[in-house]
Amino acid sequence: MSDSELLKNTPLYAQHTALGGQMVPFAGYNMPVKYDGVLAEHKWTRAEAGLFDVSHMGQARLHGEGATAVLEALTPGDFGTLAQGRQKYSLLLAEDGGILDDWMVSRPEAEGYFLVVNAACKDQDFDIIADFIANDEAGADVEFEVLTDRALLALQGPKAKDVMKDLCPAACEMYFMDCGTFQLLGEVAYISRSGYTGEDGFEISFPADRVGDLWAELLSNPIVKPIGLGARDSLRLEAGMPLYGHEMDAGYTLAEANLGFAMNKSRLTRGDIRGIDRLKAQLDGGLARVRVALRVLEGPPAREGAKILSADGAEIGVVTSGVPSPSLGYSIAMGFVPPSSSAVGTALKLETRGKSYAAEVVALPFVANGYHRKPKG
Amino acid sequence: MKFTKDHEWVEITGNEAFVGITAYAAEALGDVVFVEIPDVGKTLKKGDSFAVVESVKAASDVYAPVSGEVIEANTDLSGAPETINAVPEAGGWIAKIKLSDVSELDALMDRAAYEDYLSTL
Repeated sequence: MSDSELLKNTPLYAQHTALGGQMVPFAGYNMPVKYDGVLAEHKWTRAEAGLFDVSHMGQARLHGEGATAVLEALTPGDFGTLAQGRQKYSLLLAEDGGILDDWMVSRPEAEGYFLVVNAACKDQDFDIIADFIANDEAGADVEFEVLTDRALLALQGPKAKDVMKDLCPAACEMYFMDCGTFQLLGEVAYISRSGYTGEDGFEISFPADRVGDLWAELLSNPIVKPIGLGARDSLRLEAGMPLYGHEMDAGYTLAEANLGFAMNKSRLTRGDIRGIDRLKAQLDGGLARVRVALRVLEGPPAREGAKILSADGAEIGVVTSGVPSPSLGYSIAMGFVPPSSSAVGTALKLETRGKSYAAEVVALPFVANGYHRKPKG
Repeated sequence: MKFTKDHEWVEITGNEAFVGITAYAAEALGDVVFVEIPDVGKTLKKGDSFAVVESVKAASDVYAPVSGEVIEANTDLSGAPETINAVPEAGGWIAKIKLSDVSELDALMDRAAYEDYLSTL
């Protein structure tokens, strides 16, 4: 049996191959890495609207009176203060504070949450949630449902709203990180105004058996082109967004991964975050390494695994993701260095194929985001 | 012009040869954004990685189709790596090699044989 026979397909496999998608194994699925080409797809998403099949990701509902308590036991977020109709980035933590996955958690109902989790981690995550609910008193009134019958599409780009306003005008009333339940092509869709590209856009959870119709409807608009995983990676990197397994895993805390925004201060005050002692010690100056953004100033692109050297050549860290940025015309990377070398403007070197090249620490994001934020005031 | 199974081409004049990657390889790699060319004077053994071609997605080694010494490298590729996609089997050449063993050429495919090989992939 070849490897490809062990891989799962999303409900859109036939559509991907019909569009000329180059299929590669990713997190146990056959996924399109590109259609026309990574560079063209990347630029299209930054200028128009790109359509991504992300149905490999895990989707689940968590509802009932104790749902907030369950989420707070497993993550560093304060979900009591998450308003209905809002969405939050969060982290599944191990008992020692290591990061087991990163999640998008929506609250479409007062006592109902909708979770989107990474494909490679979903079996683990759902086991952890189910075990917790079964064994902890906080889980007494909680129902947990893995949504295996739903597909997930992401429509991303400055013109995504122009596409959505014809199909689902109510969804265009949302601002960045809002979420809701909508009628779309006669089906119930869970839609959030967010994504993984740094652009304005929508993520749409839709019944798997009808997603072919939604895919076709979206692509019938000439503003929309299908985008593969290759451009998804370069787009998220330009937006400075971390990728599980690269910028975080069980060996990193949220302080090291520079993901403090996933933690609410109220949780730090309450002191009930998993791994709190280690986290507090790190936040009080005991951090050995931290995620930084790097601009490569010369030479080849720095890829995952490239050594990070100090200006005088000592090895101080490692690159976890890197790409020649299609938007910027130079190479960018993320990696981990000691805090003493993490200030913006710090001169570093990156080692690729045995030679070292100049780089510097820069601010995130690399490319300004285009979110449709709620006006202040 | 002769070809390898790793999709390099060799254009021979006497005991010198231009080498590069084939149109098939350039298409498969996608948009080339960086080319690491070899140092002039470097001695290559057939099969050595002597250059690296990078797309947005990945870095790919280019293997020496013949043994010899690098006598020229295509420095134009530094400023215009996209030449590899535009004219892979002409202006997108990577290096000029002085062959140390001309008999190695016998093991390479001619265009008809290479095209037959491509049809099996």
